[in-house]
Amino acid sequence: MSYHNPYTPPRKSATFDDYTLAEIRRAAATGIYDIRGAGTKRKVPHFDDLLFLGASISRYPLEGYREKCDTTVTLGTRFAKKPITLKTPITIAGMSFGALSGPAKEALGRGATIAGTSTTTGDGGMTDEERGHSQTLVYQYLPSRYGMNPKDLRRADAIEVVVGQGAKPGGGGMLLGQKISDRVAEMRTLPKGIDQRSACRHPDWTGPDDLEIKILELREITDWEKPIYVKVGGARPYYDTALAVKAGADVVVLDGMQGGTAATQDVFIENVGMPTLACIRPAVQALQDLGMHRKVQLIISGGIRSGADVAKALALGADAVAIGTAALVALGDNDPRWEDEYRKLGTTAGAYDDWHEGKDPAGITTQDPELMKRLDPIAAGRRLANYLKVMTLEAQTIARACGKNHLHNLEPEDLCALTIEASAMAQVPLAGTSWIPGKGGF
Amino acid sequence: MPVIDLAVTPLRDLNSALHAIPPGPNDIAFEVVNPRGSHAVAVGIDAPVAVDVKGSVGYYCAGMNDGGSVTVHGSAGPGVAENMMSGKVVIEGDASQYAGATGRGGLLVIKGNAASRCGISMKGIDIVVHGNIGHMSAFMGQSGHLVVLGDAGDALGDSLYEAKLFVRGTVKSLGSDCIEKEMRPEHLSKLAELLEKAGVKGVRPEEFKRYGSARKLYNFNIDNADAY
Repeated sequence: MSYHNPYTPPRKSATFDDYTLAEIRRAAATGIYDIRGAGTKRKVPHFDDLLFLGASISRYPLEGYREKCDTTVTLGTRFAKKPITLKTPITIAGMSFGALSGPAKEALGRGATIAGTSTTTGDGGMTDEERGHSQTLVYQYLPSRYGMNPKDLRRADAIEVVVGQGAKPGGGGMLLGQKISDRVAEMRTLPKGIDQRSACRHPDWTGPDDLEIKILELREITDWEKPIYVKVGGARPYYDTALAVKAGADVVVLDGMQGGTAATQDVFIENVGMPTLACIRPAVQALQDLGMHRKVQLIISGGIRSGADVAKALALGADAVAIGTAALVALGDNDPRWEDEYRKLGTTAGAYDDWHEGKDPAGITTQDPELMKRLDPIAAGRRLANYLKVMTLEAQTIARACGKNHLHNLEPEDLCALTIEASAMAQVPLAGTSWIPGKGGF
Repeated sequence: MPVIDLAVTPLRDLNSALHAIPPGPNDIAFEVVNPRGSHAVAVGIDAPVAVDVKGSVGYYCAGMNDGGSVTVHGSAGPGVAENMMSGKVVIEGDASQYAGATGRGGLLVIKGNAASRCGISMKGIDIVVHGNIGHMSAFMGQSGHLVVLGDAGDALGDSLYEAKLFVRGTVKSLGSDCIEKEMRPEHLSKLAELLEKAGVKGVRPEEFKRYGSARKLYNFNIDNADAY
């Protein structure tokens, strides 16, 4: 019997994997951290880890094509004289003109309007095109106050005080000089071509007591007409929600770490904040503890992709959701039709995230006039409307299967979890058991 | 002249009356008595109306003023005239922090001292402070003029963009990317104009030093990382 020298294949380190090694080399070569757009790319417990139970002998379903399942949601019922009512609980999250092209903002407005929902400005002010094409427009009030003025406050349908966002709780922003066109520069009162920093803190208030007075000021300026949202990144959802309510918010917007950004350090996106799934129940608990659940509405964002995600977020207690990254994909972001150009940029369709560089082949995250022409705002708006309607139908399908005649009637009892982590975060039982980690019993 | 007594009249009534003034020239003047530190007094004015506040106010007095002329015969809390678009706001006493924050136009005159972060993120407003200003004033100032007849605290003009700063007294320290700059004739002329508008007597523009952005942080460079 001959002896064969056994071959041991090369073994790569799990700690120093190929991506990590490449990032070390990149940092060593360039001397700068990586900046990119979008939200976290790491795998975190998410809505995929939850399942609906559906009807059974003890639960009575609704007929899918005959019995009504309402999807309307009214936001701002606490203090605003003019709450807004949407046909679907899926809203469009704030994304700035500057980060996005004019046609992209127009398309978001068109799509949202067709679908009967709201869209949101961003860190750059309100454009006439956006206002004109958006039936319901939420105006963000951000630390930078770029483009902020009382006329636009008054022509908005709601105001969103942005404290943080899920991709970077505690972080500001940076719009790099290559995206600062003449128009963007003028709207932001800054010279063309320079990097524009967006502060991480508001310039004229600090803490929840100040926020209460700031909200009072905004209400007085707008004669108490507009719903006022407070948006926070997913960090301390119980306390942030409670403090937003205490400060007088009509609506709390809670953005988990899968929520996108136009440009932030990769190390920030991947290492700060909590998964969306982990944020919802503490926020709902805060509302319930204050007797404000359904009185102060809760909008959840960060990684919403389908009607199933919508239904799960609502079942956990949210009143509505917001989408950003998914809306851009519906417009045409990361479309494989531009694969040749993605390759030239050193990436591939589905992975393109250098939104801050302004070279987007799809014409969405750019201010380049030639690239912008590639996005037809009418056709892109139609795609977004289709997507919103499909998601709404999907959520209705699930809700009917659970016997619910309104999406808001979905409840945690309709869910089970596939993993212990998701069970603990969503506080629904692990599938096949009655066990929720941390809740005792088995 | 309507007189609003905030001891008995809700704040809402004052602000809604100010918002109900029709556009265009008018000679309406309001007097507000007993403000007692109320917040959000005379906010969101969008007509050329005069408001005299007889006493001290709390946060955000004259916030987002657009064309009004507001005089506070007392002191002002944080964020006075924040995000002012146009018009004039005069504080006869002192102002707390964030005075004139993010203001885009108009003139803010503080006849006493202003606390920290005066003119933070200013975007076109002109601010004249007869006394001293606190630390981190004009932080990230983008446009407009900040004129200080007294002294400035630490980190003046940190991360400054294109706002122009004039200080007559001492500056405790300059913030990142803020430097003393040459006072050219056009600056002296602008200073003289602002001093006159602010009712300053017996002070010459030549007594001031000018500070502005070194513009070294306008585009990110890893070799400037120590400045952040």
